Amino acid sequence: MIQVLAFYLFACLAVLSGALVVLSRNPVHSVLWLILAFFNAAGLMVLAGAEFIAMLLVIVYVGAVAVLFLFVVMMLNIDFAELRAGFIKNAPLGALVAVVLLVELLVVVILGQAGPVTLGTPDGSAAPLLGEGNTENIGALLYTRYIFLFELAGIVLLVSLIGAVVLTHRESRAIRAHQNIARQNARRPEDATELKQPESGKGVSL
Amino acid sequence: MIGIEHYLVVSSILFVLGVLGIFLNRKNVIIILMAIELILLAVNINLVAFSAALGDLTGQVFAMFVLTVAAAEAAIGLAILVIYFRRRGTIAVDDVNRMKG
Repeated sequence: MIQVLAFYLFACLAVLSGALVVLSRNPVHSVLWLILAFFNAAGLMVLAGAEFIAMLLVIVYVGAVAVLFLFVVMMLNIDFAELRAGFIKNAPLGALVAVVLLVELLVVVILGQAGPVTLGTPDGSAAPLLGEGNTENIGALLYTRYIFLFELAGIVLLVSLIGAVVLTHRESRAIRAHQNIARQNARRPEDATELKQPESGKGVSL
Repeated sequence: MIGIEHYLVVSSILFVLGVLGIFLNRKNVIIILMAIELILLAVNINLVAFSAALGDLTGQVFAMFVLTVAAAEAAIGLAILVIYFRRRGTIAVDDVNRMKG
C-alpha cells in the first residue's frame, strides 16, 4: 500500500514539475523545477528497484547538469520577456502535436494490456544475481559484458569535455604579445640607446 | 498494485511535455535544452521500468549510457549557447539561419 502511495506522489510531482519546466516564465525557475522533476524520477526508479540509476540521476543531473544550466542562465544577461514573444503564437501547433502524441502513447499503453506482442524474452544472461544489491549487479554486468560500451561512454565524455573547452575558450588580448627571449638576449645597449649633445636652447629631433 | 503500465504512462506524459516545451519555447534555447533533458528522462524511466519488469539489467545499463550522452549533450549545447550569445548578444534561435549552406 505504501508503495502505491509513494508511486502516485512521485509520479504526480514529476509530471507537475515537468509541466512547470516548460511553462514557467523565468528560466531560473525552470531549472529548479527540472531539479524537482529529476528527484521525483529518481524516486520512481528507487521504487522500481533501480537504486544505482536513481542515485546516478541525482548526482549527475542535480549535481552537474542542472548546476551547469543554472550557471549559464545566470551568467548570460538575457532579456527573457523578448524570448517569450512567440509563446502564444506557437501554442496551438504545439498543443496539437502534444495531444496527438499523448493520445497515441496512451493508446499504445492501453492496447498493450489487451494482447501480448512477443518481441523475445530475456535469455537470463543479464538477470540480477540473487542475494546481491542492484549496484553489484550492474557492476558485474557493466565491467564484463558491456566493458567496451563503458569505455566508449568515457570517450564520449572526454570528447564533450574537450569540445566544450575548445568552443568557449577565448584567448585573452593582453597576453597576445609573446616574450621573445632570443631577441631580448641579442639586444645590446648600443642598439637601444643613442647619446646626443643638444645645443642649449634647441631641441632634439627624434 | 503498480505495474509497468503506470510507469509507461508517467514516462509518456513526461515525453509529451518535453515535446510541447520544444514547440512552445521555440526561441529560448535554454528551455529547449531542458525539454530535451525531460525527454531523455522519460526514456530513462521507460528503460528502467522494462528492466525491472523483465528482470533483465541491460535496460539499467543502457539508461546509464543515455545519462552519459545526455550530460555530454548538455555540456556541448550550453557551450554553443555561450559562444552564440557572445557573438550575437541574444539567444533567440528562431533566426539562426546565417550559415546558409
